[in-house]
Amino acid sequence: MSDNIRIINDATCTFCGCVCDDMNLTVDLDAHKITKAENACVLGRAWFKEHGGNENRPFALIEGREASTEEAIEAAAQILANARFPLIYGLSDTTCEAQRQAVAIADMIGGNIDTTTSVCHGPSGMAFEGVGESTATLGEIRNRADLLVFWGGNPAESHPRLFTRYTVTAKGMYVPNGRKDRTVVLVDVRRSPSAAVADIFVQVKPQRDFEVLWALRALVKGRRVDPGIEQVTGVPLATLEDLAQRMKSCRFGALLFGMGLTMTRGRHFNSGALLALATDLNEYTHFVAKPVRGHGNVTGADNVVSWQTGFPFGVNLGRGYPRFNPGEFTSVDLLGRGEADAALIIAADPAANFPQSAIEHLRRIPVIVLDPKTTHTSKLARVAFTTATYGINVPGTVYRMDDVAISLRPALPSPYPSDEEVLTRIKERVRELLGGNRVPAMSAA
Amino acid sequence: MLHIANGRVYDPANGIDGKVRDVYVANGKIVSKVPPEARRIDAKGLVIMPGGVDMHCHIAGPKVNLARKLQPEDHRHDVHPRTAFTRSGVGGTVPSTFTTGYRYALLGYTTAMEAAVPPIGARHTLEEFHDTPVIDKGFYILMGNNVLLYKLLEKGRREEFRDALAWWLAATKAYTAKLVNPGGDEAWKGRRNANITKLDEKIESFELTPRQVIGAMIEAVDELGLPHPAHIHCNNLGHSGNYASTLETMRIAEGHRAHIAHIQFHSYGEVPGKSSHNPTSRAKEIAEYVNTHPNISADVGQVMFGKSTIMTADAPLAYMLSRYAGSKWVNSDTEHESGCGILPFAYQDTVYTHALQWAIGLELFLLSKDPWRMVFSTDHPNGGSFMSYPRLIRLLMDREFRKEEMRKINQRALRQTALADGLDREYTLQEIAIVTRAGPARLLGLANKGHLGPGADADITIYDEDEDKERMFGAPRHVIKDGQVIIEDHEFRAEHQGRMLHVSPDYDPNIVEVIRPFFEDYYSIRFNNYAVDDSYLGSHEVIPTLKQRAAASGPGGG
Repeated sequence: MSDNIRIINDATCTFCGCVCDDMNLTVDLDAHKITKAENACVLGRAWFKEHGGNENRPFALIEGREASTEEAIEAAAQILANARFPLIYGLSDTTCEAQRQAVAIADMIGGNIDTTTSVCHGPSGMAFEGVGESTATLGEIRNRADLLVFWGGNPAESHPRLFTRYTVTAKGMYVPNGRKDRTVVLVDVRRSPSAAVADIFVQVKPQRDFEVLWALRALVKGRRVDPGIEQVTGVPLATLEDLAQRMKSCRFGALLFGMGLTMTRGRHFNSGALLALATDLNEYTHFVAKPVRGHGNVTGADNVVSWQTGFPFGVNLGRGYPRFNPGEFTSVDLLGRGEADAALIIAADPAANFPQSAIEHLRRIPVIVLDPKTTHTSKLARVAFTTATYGINVPGTVYRMDDVAISLRPALPSPYPSDEEVLTRIKERVRELLGGNRVPAMSAA
Repeated sequence: MLHIANGRVYDPANGIDGKVRDVYVANGKIVSKVPPEARRIDAKGLVIMPGGVDMHCHIAGPKVNLARKLQPEDHRHDVHPRTAFTRSGVGGTVPSTFTTGYRYALLGYTTAMEAAVPPIGARHTLEEFHDTPVIDKGFYILMGNNVLLYKLLEKGRREEFRDALAWWLAATKAYTAKLVNPGGDEAWKGRRNANITKLDEKIESFELTPRQVIGAMIEAVDELGLPHPAHIHCNNLGHSGNYASTLETMRIAEGHRAHIAHIQFHSYGEVPGKSSHNPTSRAKEIAEYVNTHPNISADVGQVMFGKSTIMTADAPLAYMLSRYAGSKWVNSDTEHESGCGILPFAYQDTVYTHALQWAIGLELFLLSKDPWRMVFSTDHPNGGSFMSYPRLIRLLMDREFRKEEMRKINQRALRQTALADGLDREYTLQEIAIVTRAGPARLLGLANKGHLGPGADADITIYDEDEDKERMFGAPRHVIKDGQVIIEDHEFRAEHQGRMLHVSPDYDPNIVEVIRPFFEDYYSIRFNNYAVDDSYLGSHEVIPTLKQRAAASGPGGG
């Protein structure tokens, strides 16, 4: 370790949606590495340690050949300016400042903008539009919740500090003894490592979350539920009755739910049932629900796309104004149907996790990628930019899963440009090529 | 430079009431003369007013974005297409950010104040402001349910209370302190969704009453000399009989300035009904109190029939309305700072309560004797969208139109109000200029806005004269912002960002050591990451406190 050490206190980890802002980073400026991340969880430590030092990637690749950032901007702008149905996708691991530029490009060229929300909590976003949501900031849950119900997620492994910093063991104003003052329930299809923190583990048969939630809604309202519910869901009626009673009698309850609910049979019906259950419970006590978001700034993407277009994801601007239609304008679907004729992918790797039909279409069309790392998508891209990593190298704003906006404190400089810078320059070049926003011709009467 | 020639000028702050004269602009300001080569705009036959100032609306920040996300159905029928240089968006009652800025400008408004931001949401609000073009804007932070302030006040630590308030305003780049249903949040969050209804009721978990909170806040804001006083959403909004607590709240302010927000929603009496108490109008008592107490100002919060969106920090109220409307509902608790409720809503002219609310708003306008202190608002989008302002102006200016509208509404409600007794007053253009720009600007302490005297910001709206005032105010011919012609002949000609308006009050820096430990114990974000840095401001203007203004003018005065 060199003597050229810098300490950064209260830095923010953008690895997951917890966006913990209490990182004390030790930075070795000579080695260009973060050597210690105090307060980080196991995932955060890996996130900070694997960055830096890795600066041998070319600034850009065009059709596999090394290129400068400038050349790549020109190539990317040409692709976007000439596309008739360009898709812009990703955005969950970059700053709001970059996200704003991405939506601006989509608006300028009349493209389609979508974020990784459409493949994680998109169904929760749709459920939100249907029933609303009683929710709270994480600090409110920390300070008040005496009943915590985790559903369809495994925070012990996916969001370790959700338990320790914000919910289960955290001490709060009205729960001064932390864990002792709370009842913790885990509902899942398998006994995950998160079950270890729970007072009550409820194991649901796979694909049966909706039925359990609906039975709980009935029980909360004092309706009779057929004991046959156990055969359908694997959960005895007595267990459900006990859970319903606990939910009604707590002082401040919180349901925290994950992709086990949103990406299984039922999808937005599941999220909607859970949100409706939380709403129903407010007849009896104070109850909130919170989707546990994965990526560090996926919540920022929802917010930015919403304030700029009015809709959270799956937005098409081809007619000169925003239209929202999940299933039509969501990336998996429109790529699967072979519709987009170009794609700009920012801070996401659809080639690693989309269905095969969608990936095959990405192989057929010109793809532009912005990513700090080599990814499956960057390998199939026509233009691949290497960009600096948000939170590590790049300042800016991110939104925690509870919509609280936090400013980043970057630790290390990077030779690579930020996503925001690349997108801004692409936007400016596209504007030159198009001579302003692309305005659809008025249709003849 | 601009030379706007021969327009009929309404500039009440400078005593100009419809005189034909020229207005000159240089370097973004109104000046008394420009050289002959200045661009000339012929305003013959046109009406010139300062740009509109909306002092109470909800246009940016956490709750607004939740309300946007909540209602795709409210957007798709009202799209706002992009042009070669303006951004696209959607409208409805909660428009997207760009559309919000453009549409305010299209109505001749050049300043708008977001009236309720939880302090922790300041950063988010500023980000949305960046994407809200043309208009100048600022926001009020919610301080009426702040747990740390309660803890200080409970122990009688009034100076620290004031310093903490000042720190919060400075740290968030806010404009003033807003109180919403003071004392209600603790009962809502901590006592199974209860509420507080009396000013002398004990606040849940504290040895404190709403009366003490309101009094302390009014005094502290006055002591800090903020350009705009404490901005108060009284207890019991929307409840029958609430006029009594509104009057009590105003009496607490005796000897100090205070602004009562959307006072229409707080002017209800009650009569026994079949299942519960029905509301009646107490507009006369409320108007009378405001008329005779120059320390008090209010915005009306007019209800307009049709679609609205309820979005409020008054969480118990939103919950009650959502059960009544059977609608989807958002509740959003913000740690130690606020509650929040959101729901889609629609006011119907046939419904007794809605018709009564509509009529009470008009009563307040028409019974007001001082338009400088009873100003224009619909509490957008709670009472109705800002897009309904032209219609509301016509209701005030056109007695015959108002009578036609009165015939359509629930007559039982109408009979409860002074409108039924032939309240025949018609607002003049000068009075409209007062309630929509000069008055709000003065109440906000914006010395350079709401008038057209030399030194004022060159925010100017030029209308075609029209007998139909809804048409006239719905589509100004030219809109000038900071001296730049943004809208010319009804079309956008230029982009403009607008400024962020905020205060930066002085405080004892030692207060940080009182605030920091509270954050470390109870907040979910670090104290060091809480304050918003200047990079979020963009183009901005610090509006000085009274003390700062006095200090700047120096000994001997200037």
